[in-house]
Amino acid sequence: MTSTDTRASGGASDLTGAQHGLKLGDVTLTLGDGDGTVTALDRVSLTVAPGELVAVVGPSGSGKSSLLAVAGALTTPDSGSVLIDGQDLVAMRDRERTRFRLEHIGFVFQSGNLVPALTAEDQLRLALHMRGGKPARDPRELLAEVGLADKRGRRPHELSGGERQRVGIARALVCGPSLLLVDEPTSALDRARSQEIVELLARETRQAGVATVMVTHDHDILLHCDRVLEMVDGALSTASTRVSEGLDD
Amino acid sequence: MFLALRELHFARSRFSLMGGVVALIAVLMVMLSGLSSGLVNDGVSGLKAQPVDAFAFAEGTKTDSAFSRSIIDVSQVDVWADRPDVAAAEPLGSMLVNAHSSTDVPVDLALFGVEPGSFLEPAVAEGQRLGDPHGIVVSQTVLDDGLAVGDTLTIDRVGTELTIIGSTGNQHTFGHVDVAYLPLTTWQEVHSGASAGEEVRADAYTEASAVALQAADGRAIDLAAGDAAAGTSSKTLVESFGASPGYSAETSTLMLIQVFLYAISALVVGAFFTVWTIQRRHELSVLRAMGASTGYLLRDGLAQALIVLLASTLVGVAIGVGSGALLASTPMPFALEAPAIGLAFILLIGLGLIGAAFAIARIAKVDPLKALGGQR
Repeated sequence: MTSTDTRASGGASDLTGAQHGLKLGDVTLTLGDGDGTVTALDRVSLTVAPGELVAVVGPSGSGKSSLLAVAGALTTPDSGSVLIDGQDLVAMRDRERTRFRLEHIGFVFQSGNLVPALTAEDQLRLALHMRGGKPARDPRELLAEVGLADKRGRRPHELSGGERQRVGIARALVCGPSLLLVDEPTSALDRARSQEIVELLARETRQAGVATVMVTHDHDILLHCDRVLEMVDGALSTASTRVSEGLDD
Repeated sequence: MFLALRELHFARSRFSLMGGVVALIAVLMVMLSGLSSGLVNDGVSGLKAQPVDAFAFAEGTKTDSAFSRSIIDVSQVDVWADRPDVAAAEPLGSMLVNAHSSTDVPVDLALFGVEPGSFLEPAVAEGQRLGDPHGIVVSQTVLDDGLAVGDTLTIDRVGTELTIIGSTGNQHTFGHVDVAYLPLTTWQEVHSGASAGEEVRADAYTEASAVALQAADGRAIDLAAGDAAAGTSSKTLVESFGASPGYSAETSTLMLIQVFLYAISALVVGAFFTVWTIQRRHELSVLRAMGASTGYLLRDGLAQALIVLLASTLVGVAIGVGSGALLASTPMPFALEAPAIGLAFILLIGLGLIGAAFAIARIAKVDPLKALGGQR
């Protein structure tokens, strides 16, 4: 099932199905540092197809967050290409990139990072309000789908850690993104909750046909991922089993 | 305003505290503006009521005592009257006297001597117009103090008796003293210091305090040229307010207090929104990562500030006007005037918004990258 939308900026991306999803090509990113520069991403190439859940593991400081920042249009790489749905993020201006994030990218942050003032349902409505236009997904249906039908009126402080993360996942999906970027989703959760969250992510990834990249250092949750990649000193490599299609081109 | 309204509701106690401060300042602002208008009325309503564009005083008169010190010659009135940019010029006599009623109630009066039938003659709401040499038309405030039309007043020392023949129907005061209008001739006799029945020195009848000037239609009076021709020092009506005893000191003190309050109000609002925005920094970085534009977040923040300011200022002004209405019936010089209150309302909101804008501008600097990795 594919729900990838054709709403905005269709153009080239719709010509070939192969261009859907995320495609990083030879991305290099160096970060300034007191003592000079650090290579955060070293010629990273990665293709994630719609409906695929890819996990990226690695020690702290290995460049996992930089990978999310580049794939999520938050940082422009020094070289290389970033294509989402066939559109080149590197060529975009800041304002276009912000708009692109709103329409095409969903973020799931550590411990949810919800807005304290908003109820679960309003967290989703805020995302829709920021984007404007017709809702891609019905917020109530989506909340029911992640198991929070009866808690949509609660604010973050009235929800458990797992519930907050479910709201965060629903919020990331409500605008119908083509790319879902997940940052350490289980860092604040116990084992059982962590399993539930990753199962939910895997299910939503397939149902919504969204390309998902999940950064984590929690090895217990890798079971549900289609592919597991390892990041060491800014370089990405195939870590363990599962489906491993070569790193494109 | 999706987020603005929900955050207002969520953090209502914090916002009400800040709104309470703004509301209290608004109350104070209304009270001060009432007091300020009241004092201005008390000081110069007798002058404001005159259909006069400017006054010409004796040459070299200092502003702060012009009406009491200046003595002009009626011939100077004629010089002014002949000028092409002057429609009418009339002598005005002005002096402060102590008097007492027939029942020995002391009364202070500002005697304004005017030619009956001239443009300076006051309209009368009750009783007769000026005409009787010893009949006076008084400010309504004299009647409010217990005197009535028909009562006779005796001026202390000179002993001249004056009878109240009419009232202006509204407040005419000068230097916090009630104005009594009387025929210029009678004023000249009292001014000369001649006691009742005594011979008046001949030149007394050529004296007055100032020349009241009305500009010709659509023209401004060339005061400097007129002064040169008539040998006077003239001031516009508004400048001449400064000649009312205490006027400048009172208005500048109140003005200073109001300016400080406006600054305090803007700072309070700015400080609150600075802290509020800093508290929201993480949340804002998450929203920016999600793709919220800076414009969206700025609009939302400013709308929030505007709502708080509007609501709290409205409450404050309402309380101020309500309690001011109670004060208006007391002898305290207090007058609520819609333009002054409107100005305070607009300034409080405008300056508050500027204060808030400086704080909210920080939103533009929030880094969406901060949403990744770090913990709350």
